[in-house]
Amino acid sequence: MTRSIHGLFALMLATALGFGQTAAQEKFITVASTTSTQASGLFDHILPIFQQKSGIQVRVVAVGTGQAIKIGEKGDADVLFVHHRPSEDKFVAGGFGVKRYDVMYNDYVVVGPKSDPAKVMGSKDVVGAFKRIAAAKAPFASRADDSGTHKMELSLWKEGAIDVKAASGTWYRETGSGMGATLNTAAAMNAYALADRGTWLSFKNRADLTVAVEGDRKLFNPYGIILVNPRKFPHVKADLGQAFIDWIVGKDGQQAIAGYTIGGESLFIPDAK
Amino acid sequence: MTDFGAAFAAAVSLIATLDAGLVEIVGLSLRVSLSAVFIATMISLPLGAAVALFRFPGRGAVVVVLNALMGLPPVVVGLIVYLMLSRAGPFGVLGLLFTPTAMIVAQVILITPIIASLARQVIEDLWEEYSEQLRSLGAGPRQAVGALLWDGRFSLFTAVLAGFGRASAEVGAVMIVGGNIDHVTRVMTTAIALEVSKGDLALALGLGIILIVLSVGITGAAFVLRESARRAHGA
Repeated sequence: MTRSIHGLFALMLATALGFGQTAAQEKFITVASTTSTQASGLFDHILPIFQQKSGIQVRVVAVGTGQAIKIGEKGDADVLFVHHRPSEDKFVAGGFGVKRYDVMYNDYVVVGPKSDPAKVMGSKDVVGAFKRIAAAKAPFASRADDSGTHKMELSLWKEGAIDVKAASGTWYRETGSGMGATLNTAAAMNAYALADRGTWLSFKNRADLTVAVEGDRKLFNPYGIILVNPRKFPHVKADLGQAFIDWIVGKDGQQAIAGYTIGGESLFIPDAK
Repeated sequence: MTDFGAAFAAAVSLIATLDAGLVEIVGLSLRVSLSAVFIATMISLPLGAAVALFRFPGRGAVVVVLNALMGLPPVVVGLIVYLMLSRAGPFGVLGLLFTPTAMIVAQVILITPIIASLARQVIEDLWEEYSEQLRSLGAGPRQAVGALLWDGRFSLFTAVLAGFGRASAEVGAVMIVGGNIDHVTRVMTTAIALEVSKGDLALALGLGIILIVLSVGITGAAFVLRESARRAHGA
């Protein structure tokens, strides 16, 4: 008995101490980014290319844009890679970020059940479609998590003069979760939802959902990248972070982004200047 | 039912091919949770024994608080540890946020009350049963601690296993303080959450099956160890 329990403790101790070695990855940066870039598989495609070239490991924390910006404002990341222009500009103006660069864009799509209870299928007018969904009281699954996609969705409701807060809990369902979780919810209850095209294309559990509305200019979805300000947070790895930014807005990074396709379709279109 | 079939197929193929990503994730899960269990055990056995054996003012309150903390919500623990370890927080200079160490800290906080509460109960019961005997041998609470811990080792081991179960199964805390970073802080539970968010329910469930099998394997191994020790000891 003594030996077996002591043995077990020794094993635990050994595993606890074993950390020293595994954690010793010398050059790395932490990037706070969005669920859409991770769930779409983009990072799995481009980051190994960068790491091989630069020797810098990129550690991605994928959360909603709202939370990613909070992480940046606390100085807990070196680089921000997000998609909500007004929040990004505010972040830089507040002195938290150095400079915002264009990286790429894709677009949002409205997905919905094939039965199409609100009769919006094939529309190119997203605000009109939202009005019809509200009028039909067709179920709509909202991220409701302060992400870039959620902020975009709210601005569209506002444009259509629809008070979704009042409808919350009836046809308007606030999931308070990431893009994938919200799509799972929408698939399960045959609801409409606003999704970024990247996540939608790589999403597997579609059930009866299909793209209902696309192609409206309002659905443009640009991504920006920002170095967290080292003058505000001296521990920020400015050199390594800037190296990543320079790569991703440079020729090689832009090519890597364009090279990420699913079924022949590009998920993101590079647009760095 | 096709989902379950696909999940089993995914689980079997991941195990059969010894998928490198899977091995890494399982290894990290075990390292984080076993480290947390080890540290929490070192804290909570003496703590549980002290609360069981010594009478001091506010002891009742300590017992109630320990019992209540057994139900700590992981996501709240995660949030508190996050705020503590954030660069803007009191321990920010250590730069521990989004590392396995942060995950261990969160799990230690989660499971220490569980092990301590169960240990307190075990030792208190033993003390009630044997205190007269021990006192007649001239052993007060202080001298009896070692003997009681030793006598209750089998029950205490179960308490430690309960802590391990909680640590390896929770997702809320490690998601927040670890960040689910690939190759760095991704463990079984956060990997499952990620696959769910990708809509790959079969792979998610396949990973879930592996997690359950692992958990059964570990507790089974513990059971065998315990039984053989019990027999060897003639207890």
